Amino acid sequence: MKTKRRDDRRAAWWFLLPVLVGFAVFYGYPAIRGAWYSVTDYTMLNQPSFVGADNYTELARDGEFWHSLLVTVWYVVLNIGSQTLLALGVASLMHRLTRSTVLRAALLLPWLVPNVTVGLLWMWLLDTNLGFVNHLLTSLGVGPVGFLTDATWAMPSVAAINTWAYTGYTALLLYAGMLQIPQYLYESAAIDGANEWRMFRRITLPLLRPVLALVLVVSLIGSFQIFDTIAVTTFGGPVSATRVIYYFIYEQAFRYFHMGYAAAAAICLALILGVLTAIQMRLLRASRSDLA
Amino acid sequence: MIRRSRAGAALLSLAMAAGLAGLAACSGDDSGDGADGAVTLDYWLWDDNQKASYQACADAFHTSNPNITVRITQSAWDQYWQNLTTQLAAGEAPDVWTNQGSYYPQFVTSGQILDLQPYVKADNVDLSQYQGGLADLFVKDDARYGLPKDWDTMALVFNTDHLKAQGVDAASLKDLTWNPTDGGTFEQLIAKATVDAKGKNGLDPAFDKSKIKTFGFLPEFKDGSQGQNGWGNFAASLGFTYLDKNPWGTQYKYDDPRLAQVIDWYKSLIAKGYSPALDKASTLANDALMNAGKGAITITGSWMINSYLGDTAKVKFAFAPLPAGPQGRKSAINGLSDAIWTGTEHKDEAWKWVKFLASPDCQNIVGGNAVVFPALKDASEKALDAHKAKGRDVQAFIDEASAPGGTFFLPITDHGSEVSQIVQDAIQSAVLGQTDSASALKKANDQVNALFK
Repeated sequence: MKTKRRDDRRAAWWFLLPVLVGFAVFYGYPAIRGAWYSVTDYTMLNQPSFVGADNYTELARDGEFWHSLLVTVWYVVLNIGSQTLLALGVASLMHRLTRSTVLRAALLLPWLVPNVTVGLLWMWLLDTNLGFVNHLLTSLGVGPVGFLTDATWAMPSVAAINTWAYTGYTALLLYAGMLQIPQYLYESAAIDGANEWRMFRRITLPLLRPVLALVLVVSLIGSFQIFDTIAVTTFGGPVSATRVIYYFIYEQAFRYFHMGYAAAAAICLALILGVLTAIQMRLLRASRSDLA
Repeated sequence: MIRRSRAGAALLSLAMAAGLAGLAACSGDDSGDGADGAVTLDYWLWDDNQKASYQACADAFHTSNPNITVRITQSAWDQYWQNLTTQLAAGEAPDVWTNQGSYYPQFVTSGQILDLQPYVKADNVDLSQYQGGLADLFVKDDARYGLPKDWDTMALVFNTDHLKAQGVDAASLKDLTWNPTDGGTFEQLIAKATVDAKGKNGLDPAFDKSKIKTFGFLPEFKDGSQGQNGWGNFAASLGFTYLDKNPWGTQYKYDDPRLAQVIDWYKSLIAKGYSPALDKASTLANDALMNAGKGAITITGSWMINSYLGDTAKVKFAFAPLPAGPQGRKSAINGLSDAIWTGTEHKDEAWKWVKFLASPDCQNIVGGNAVVFPALKDASEKALDAHKAKGRDVQAFIDEASAPGGTFFLPITDHGSEVSQIVQDAIQSAVLGQTDSASALKKANDQVNALFK
């Protein structure tokens, strides 16, 4: 019995090996190197030399860094808020009304378009002078709106673009979670006279929690990493209204070649995400299902 | 948002593993000596319009130097500098590459560019044959980090049919004046060229500035620290200079009140409805807007000649010289160079190629193709003739370049890309009305100069 278990474990390691090697080469080693660079003055063209915590103290004093964090949080609130609510709504509708495969496939379509294409598409649609959306608005007598060029509108617009792109996918995950909920619960609730809204609140939401937690964690981390849409549409502008943390890191690393400084900012972001994930998992008691 | 494998995620690991990235992107190390002494040189440039011309140069070069083959790699501007820096970091850089003023200082500072002065001296290259001052742009402390390959100046570009419809005689555009107070005859032209939805122009009392069909003037506010496509030229015509000395100054002068005056004039155009407000401006480039009939006049560089006068233009355009300011007409002039990597194994062959690129043999080929103006004065004339042969009037660019005192050089210093972002943000925040021009520029100037301490 005992040896059998050990054999199983050995076999498991063999199966895990390819993933572990990939992880070590593409994540582990770069992460260690990144941590090292974050305490150096590396610029790609020099021999990195140790500068202690200089990069970190400078980050703490750098208004742009704090601004970029703030802007990122604003994006996350807008994006996760709208996307999760919409996805929950869409998933519930699919769950309770129709289980059409065609509909599910259609929902996924925006998610299948590469991010850069999504960005370019909406950049043209939302353009103030030549865009279709503003053409419609103007013919309705409403303004042209500088969706991507007005400091107030730029971030909500970027958030809306990504909400458009990812709601379908999120809804599909939530829908899969809803399929796990036993049908008889709804049937008995219906017999007891509960309406749909009550069933949603009392049955769907609590039982969906583990899935919802996972979806929230993954989408929150993804949301913090917003980059490509901004790199295509606003370039962090107007002024710095959409200069999110990833764009800040990108500029420091690949425009100014402050690799050490960028690595320090990246490490800070990793720490923030770690803490957030821990809090979130705890709050949502992710591992425990109310079904058990 | 849940996202698939993305540039974003890749970037984090990239930022952390910049060294690895260099290894992954491989330009090939097969540029070594062949058995028969044959050498392959890697040469990089970013402009796809120019690739064919330089390929023709490379072929001519190979004919006279059969043992040297030049392999040209072209990549778009945005990727070009990232790729180049990564390759330099990895020790795999091209033997020769095209340089630009705001990027090359960092390569000089990090010792990546070969000093050409000893070669220039040994081979007696005549530096006076180039357009005035171009050769000196790439000199630091008596070392020479490149030979000039081309130049560009700026001019007005306008929609000819639109101006004609507004009753403007195209010939009158040759003698425009400008000042920051009332904008001179240039602003009158802009007003006349601005047309609202009812067809009234900016001079008409019934003009409705809230419903503009065609803006008289399209400004460029994504213009870095130089304002090459706009404000820099006006500021220079007021006597503004960027730096204590150029190239290689260490003290910028963005707090000069004359620059703030120019920005205020731009803001006044927006307030009058002659130019689109920055927060309602297009994310698309000005040439796209000009082609869509959304703008009547803008400022452009000679590298855009083929876009405006070429077959792809949807509207008929023509060029006119920039308006003359209180200190006369001033156009930014910018030059590119070819540089040799210090790490190349084929220094002598690379020098032969660079010398060839800077010689009439190559520059006449480039000029004859009428894509850019080559650095050699004679070759520039060839380019002008080639344009004329195609029925294109590009005299404005040449006149500005040859007028005494008619041009100024863009700043060449360390920290170019940081300066660019700081100043651009400051100007945009002033134009958006988040702060006034003078204090935005003062603050930016302090930030910029702090980089040099």
